[in-house]
Amino acid sequence: MATPLSLRVVEAEARVYRRTWRGSVASSFLNPVLYMLAMGLGLGALVDANMPGGIDGVSYLTFLAPGILAANAMQTGATEGAWKVMGGIFWAKTWHARLASPISIEGLVLGHLLWSTGRVVMVSVIFAVVIAAFQVAPLFESLLAVGPAVLLGAAMVSATTAFTVRLKEQAGLPMFFRFVVLPMFLFSGAFFPISQLPNWLQPVALITPVYHGVELARSIVIGAPPAVTWWISTAYLAAWIVGFGLLCVKPLRKRLMP
Amino acid sequence: MNLHDPRVPNVQPRTGTRRVPPTGIVARVSAIAIHAHALSKRFGDLIAVDAISFDVKKGESFGFLGPNGAGKTSTMRMIGATSPISGGELIVLGLNPDTDGPTLRSQLGVVPQENNLDEELTVHDNLMMYGRYFDMSRAEIRERIDELLDFVQLTEKRDSKIQALSGGMKRRVVIARGLINDPDLFILDEPTTGLDPQARHVLWDRLYRLKQRGVTLIITTHYMDEAEQLCDRVVVMDKGRIVAEGSPRALIDEYAPGEVVELRFPIGVLEEIGGQIQDLASRTEVLADRALVYTGDAEQTINTIRESSLEPETVLARRSTLEDVFLRLTGRSLVE
Repeated sequence: MATPLSLRVVEAEARVYRRTWRGSVASSFLNPVLYMLAMGLGLGALVDANMPGGIDGVSYLTFLAPGILAANAMQTGATEGAWKVMGGIFWAKTWHARLASPISIEGLVLGHLLWSTGRVVMVSVIFAVVIAAFQVAPLFESLLAVGPAVLLGAAMVSATTAFTVRLKEQAGLPMFFRFVVLPMFLFSGAFFPISQLPNWLQPVALITPVYHGVELARSIVIGAPPAVTWWISTAYLAAWIVGFGLLCVKPLRKRLMP
Repeated sequence: MNLHDPRVPNVQPRTGTRRVPPTGIVARVSAIAIHAHALSKRFGDLIAVDAISFDVKKGESFGFLGPNGAGKTSTMRMIGATSPISGGELIVLGLNPDTDGPTLRSQLGVVPQENNLDEELTVHDNLMMYGRYFDMSRAEIRERIDELLDFVQLTEKRDSKIQALSGGMKRRVVIARGLINDPDLFILDEPTTGLDPQARHVLWDRLYRLKQRGVTLIITTHYMDEAEQLCDRVVVMDKGRIVAEGSPRALIDEYAPGEVVELRFPIGVLEEIGGQIQDLASRTEVLADRALVYTGDAEQTINTIRESSLEPETVLARRSTLEDVFLRLTGRSLVE
């Protein structure tokens, strides 16, 4: 019968997005271009000069590009999972309004996760096109690397949403970005191999979803097998998506349908 | 409901005085929109709604009156299937809100206390988005939007962003949104709180029209004039309980018949002369800022006051209202 109502939530978010899509798409292009120029070419020239054999046998730009593709997907996922939820339950309270319609909590959560993941797909595809334009990898391989990046982004959407729906105060969110998202972005293998980290920190990097997304994306672009078997990393990210996705339902019900 | 149907009569016959049969029997009879029996809502140790029972007939306009914290909103949310009941029985449009939530919500219209519109979208987009949640087709919603904007007198604001609208206009958008699915039951939680008098009257006029068209209205309010204007029947709630039930007129006749003389005195005087005021009539209330004298004949009471040693700053005679009913029932003033 009816289209699952979670798709109506996706449609509603698309309607909201339509208002700002131009700026959003433009910055989705600009962002990777700036990274490629500053980190890849600028910093990369210094790195390559000091490492004649390259990192993992490739130039710094080639090492970096799939890493930032994945790490950027992670950030996008966190951003979508955080502020959309914040607006829905704290500010405009549009999620309260949705629940006065036939939409259920589960439908609301699923719709939100689907739309946010869709945003990760948009951002990552644009990123991949830029990578190909910088001739780091052929377009086909860049686009293949979007797969693990999206998996990582979706894992962060679920995790961040599960975190945000539990917040008692809004101030928790900036803290989350400063002390969880940013360190994961910087220290999970996107910018340098985690072997550079102190020994005690390496296992921490290993359990972040970012590490697994970065490794998978990089193995596709470089053409070398990842450090962790691909299906273990994939299953790990999938577990984040489903596990944290399920963990969104109960606190949200408690909050919106007390 | 067709909002433009010219055949809709101006006045709908009411059966306001007929009592609803005892609970239990009527639950599934189609003439009943809501049946509640010993309905309760608890939040931890707090009892928000304490075993209340009432029935609302289809086509009736039913009000929940009471101060903030009386349990009105909790009751509304249970009826609207967005808050599970903690005890008792509740049947809305023949459905159990706890188990048939989505089905029930598809037949309800809700105007929540807070507007919760998407401020950055236009009036049209807000309504379109909401209609889609009810799985209506875009064409169907477009038609409905034209009708509803005409009804709430916002046709020219169709493409304005919500944030550019006044408070009264936003409220009317929320009303249009609540009507998008042509609901059988329309639930309004404090529909005019915070609006200026003119905006309130516009809203009342629209709600009155809905009522004439046979839509069942459930309204919470702490404005007495609002209840007197809109409701066929009200229950007065206080601390989670229903303390009185009846038509606004019947409640006034029962608990605060006749007229009221309001006396204001300079600050500090009331405490000293409280006893003197109590001698004026069989029922008086001495409040912080004024004294109320309930009387059958205001003119005579005023003459008595003039002849006494009392020297009020102002004297005002008026008909008693639901506000006086509430004061009588709870000993407290309603707003504040």
